[in-house]
Amino acid sequence: MAIEIVQPSVGLSKIAVSQTHGENSPYFSGWKAYDENPYHEIDNPSGVIQMGLAENQVSFDLLEEYLETNLESANWGQKVSGFRENALFQDYHGLQSFRKAMASFMEQVRGGKAKFNPDRVVLTAGATAANELLTFILADPGDALMVPTPYYPGFDRDLRWRTGVQIVPIHCDSSNGFQITPEALEAAYDHATSMNIKVKGVLITNPSNPLGATVQRKVLEELLEFVTRKNIHLVSDEIYSGSAFCADEFVSIAEVLESRNYKDAERCHIVYSLSKDLGLPGFRIGTVYSYNDQVVTTARRMSSFTLISSQTQFLLASMLSDTDFTQKYIKINRERLKKRYEMIINGLQKAGIECLKGNAGLFCWMNLSPYLEEPTIKSELAIWNTIMHEVRLNISPGSSCHCSEPGWFRVCFANMSEARYASLVSAMIINIIKFSIFLAIIF
Amino acid sequence: MKQKHQNPNTNPTTSSGVTTDMRVIVPLQGLVQGGGSGLVLGSIIPCALFYFFQLYFKSKNPTTPPPSPSSQQPPDITPPPAGGLERVQSIRSIWSPRGTNGQAQVSSRASLVIKQPDSPYYVGLEKALVDPYHGLRNPDGIIQLGLDENKLSLDLVEDWIMTHTKCSTICQELQVNGITNYHPYDGISDLKMAVAGFMSQVTEGRVLFDPSNIILTSGVSPAIEMLVFCLSDIGNAFLVPSPYSPDLDRDIKWRAGVEIIPVPCRSSDNFTLSTTSLNRAYNQAKKRGLKVQGVIISNPSNPVGNSLTRETLYDLLDFATEKNLHVIANEALAGPTNDKNLEFVSLAEIINSQDSEEYDRKRVHIIYGLSKDVSLPGFEVGAVYSFNQTVLNASKKLLRFSSVSSLSQRLLVSMFNDSRFVGDFIKINRERVERMSDLFVGGLKNLGINCMKTSHGTYCWADMSAFIRPYSEKGELELWEKLLNVVKVNATPGSCCHCIEPGWFRFCFTGLTESEIPVVLERIGKVL
Repeated sequence: MAIEIVQPSVGLSKIAVSQTHGENSPYFSGWKAYDENPYHEIDNPSGVIQMGLAENQVSFDLLEEYLETNLESANWGQKVSGFRENALFQDYHGLQSFRKAMASFMEQVRGGKAKFNPDRVVLTAGATAANELLTFILADPGDALMVPTPYYPGFDRDLRWRTGVQIVPIHCDSSNGFQITPEALEAAYDHATSMNIKVKGVLITNPSNPLGATVQRKVLEELLEFVTRKNIHLVSDEIYSGSAFCADEFVSIAEVLESRNYKDAERCHIVYSLSKDLGLPGFRIGTVYSYNDQVVTTARRMSSFTLISSQTQFLLASMLSDTDFTQKYIKINRERLKKRYEMIINGLQKAGIECLKGNAGLFCWMNLSPYLEEPTIKSELAIWNTIMHEVRLNISPGSSCHCSEPGWFRVCFANMSEARYASLVSAMIINIIKFSIFLAIIF
Repeated sequence: MKQKHQNPNTNPTTSSGVTTDMRVIVPLQGLVQGGGSGLVLGSIIPCALFYFFQLYFKSKNPTTPPPSPSSQQPPDITPPPAGGLERVQSIRSIWSPRGTNGQAQVSSRASLVIKQPDSPYYVGLEKALVDPYHGLRNPDGIIQLGLDENKLSLDLVEDWIMTHTKCSTICQELQVNGITNYHPYDGISDLKMAVAGFMSQVTEGRVLFDPSNIILTSGVSPAIEMLVFCLSDIGNAFLVPSPYSPDLDRDIKWRAGVEIIPVPCRSSDNFTLSTTSLNRAYNQAKKRGLKVQGVIISNPSNPVGNSLTRETLYDLLDFATEKNLHVIANEALAGPTNDKNLEFVSLAEIINSQDSEEYDRKRVHIIYGLSKDVSLPGFEVGAVYSFNQTVLNASKKLLRFSSVSSLSQRLLVSMFNDSRFVGDFIKINRERVERMSDLFVGGLKNLGINCMKTSHGTYCWADMSAFIRPYSEKGELELWEKLLNVVKVNATPGSCCHCIEPGWFRFCFTGLTESEIPVVLERIGKVL
């Protein structure tokens, strides 16, 4: 009888087998439930309605219109002299015309209240890559970034997974509309220090996901003062900047820096992307904008791992440089988002369901805490489960955003086109009524 | 070849929000204006919700006290990924040690990157970028022979794109795919199928690649980096036959924090990889306390240009099996060649063939790229082919950091589907590359410089040891510096490729036109 020698199976890394990608959280399992049983008005009316995906489809028609009228005359692909140099090169510096266009677009989104230098624009394949890239650059494994709660669930993955960096939450609560306070900053920092963890920076999202609200100017100034005092970095993820309902209410860190003549700017870095404001997630266009030369240089070199294809840059460069179009787009996009937001909020208010007063983003932050059996995450997840499986609605529970108060939920309203919005909402209502009737029968 | 139809809805790792049924092209005219119906619905929602919640929770609990905002709890720190903290000490050895002051400084990883300008490889690349040669506009500029890029057949791609892509294609792409949702990060199935077909063509039909084992990334570097992240922890090591491409230092060390243990190959046996040297390198690593996780080869080799023989590949697999290691094969430079003596054998072929039951497929991972063989710089597409399901699953999630734009993917799908174009392209491109290779290598020979016999890649590996004084790395770098600054030619010195024999240089010639070859050769001749 031969002795069987069993070869040990070849090993994989901790990263490959870890759960740090976080995709088993309710946030993502809601998507899975939707993927497996998506609602469709004709083919699957009992499917799950998706209100858990923060995407922007409200202004798609404007893009379509632009392309139809402009692309032929712009002769994309037929500019013989420009094509070889522009559409088929590979260089991590990126197409200069595209970087200029991005800088210009970022200026317009901020109403011209801040200037952006194209040479500080570093291109990445999406904001996800930009956030990870900055984390690699600013922190070593074991170090930490402070992030205010509630925050985008994807950060657990983007900031921690491959980088080995930790997240120290800055706890915010509803007593002041979840705004960051100096006390909360100090508490988080001290807690990290007491555990011998080096904090390398603070990362905020402005406007905030999931709150759907902009960060106040005063808070930005306090943040700047804090990071300067602690000698750490500040990253401002501003991917929803074009989704602020009212241009005046959004204050970018860039504006604050400009007003101070760029004092302490070298510790500040901005992340931006076209996925939310322009609704082009498939094109993978993100950017790191840094006021720190070392960071720009490093990010540029590291962007070799996450390049944007030059055809994409080439195509979008002319669109983003067309200021007539971009100004019109930004304005109309804001108006439409505001209208949808008001519709949902007013309705919920009449029913006695409170939402956080928001002024930006593709979602609202709904408060169901009065309806919790007990103020615990368990109860919150129980409601969430019911809403998912009985009401057939995918919304995101606050616990997956690390909210310190149970009972809050994020409801997205922009991920369906205008035509479908009405029908989806009516379907949602039908589901709710059906479920309520069912409950009435059994009780 | 089995076609595994990837329905984005059933794939739990995607976040795509649209079914195939829902890919309705939204007519412009059909937009609801939003006024009246919205208001009505806006008041039905609240009533329904109000009714629902009151009923539901009455049934559960008579009274629920309003929850008070929780007082400031001590923040719980999201625990670090497994093994994060104890590894901190070991990573310091890979990146430069940092002082304790200056927290607003960048990380150790970033410091490594900032030091990069010291390397001749990058110095040369940057200089040539800033002062590029152009026959008419800048005849005194630097001729770039350090960038491994094939521009010989750009005109074919250009023509194709101009005739085949119209606004309507792009609009349709946007309507159907670009706008409505995120794509599966690992690539659309149409493109995977096309790439699988193309890879089969490269192996001349001897291997059939299964698209479901393919994932697409935004280039070869992210593919390598991603595999390294999956297969090793910070502080582990990979064995890499040297000389190797300078980019590998960046891809493996910068962010993944993994060490490279070079396995030196020598000109005396044509830079062939031997099991003896693999074993020696492996033992050296062990002595240093490093855990070796695998071997990374490039086939054909970069910078040497030779294809690994079947025998070498079998020996390599034997070694990997014995030591329980992974094998990453970068076959991005593979392409059919006319020369039957330099037959290219893909590692996939060995694994797929009959007697491969002894080799565990799960340890083999192959990388393929589209910017060399199909001469598509700018498209930024790399492919990883693996039989290891865990690696594929982890990679699919990791790809959110380096996925390919949907626009590029669609363009490529159309291009690959035009099989006549692809067939013509491969044939013409191959002819042009071989012609340039013959001209350039022949020209060097006339100057007394011999090159390694290669499988007609886009570069050559030249022996300039007779022309360096002293016969050392110092002498080699002096020659490099003369080439760059005196006669304005940027080539890659062998020391950047970690070659243990001084005097070798890599020249990439597919960025040149035929008329530029005499110019380059004349300049090189001046420094000899």
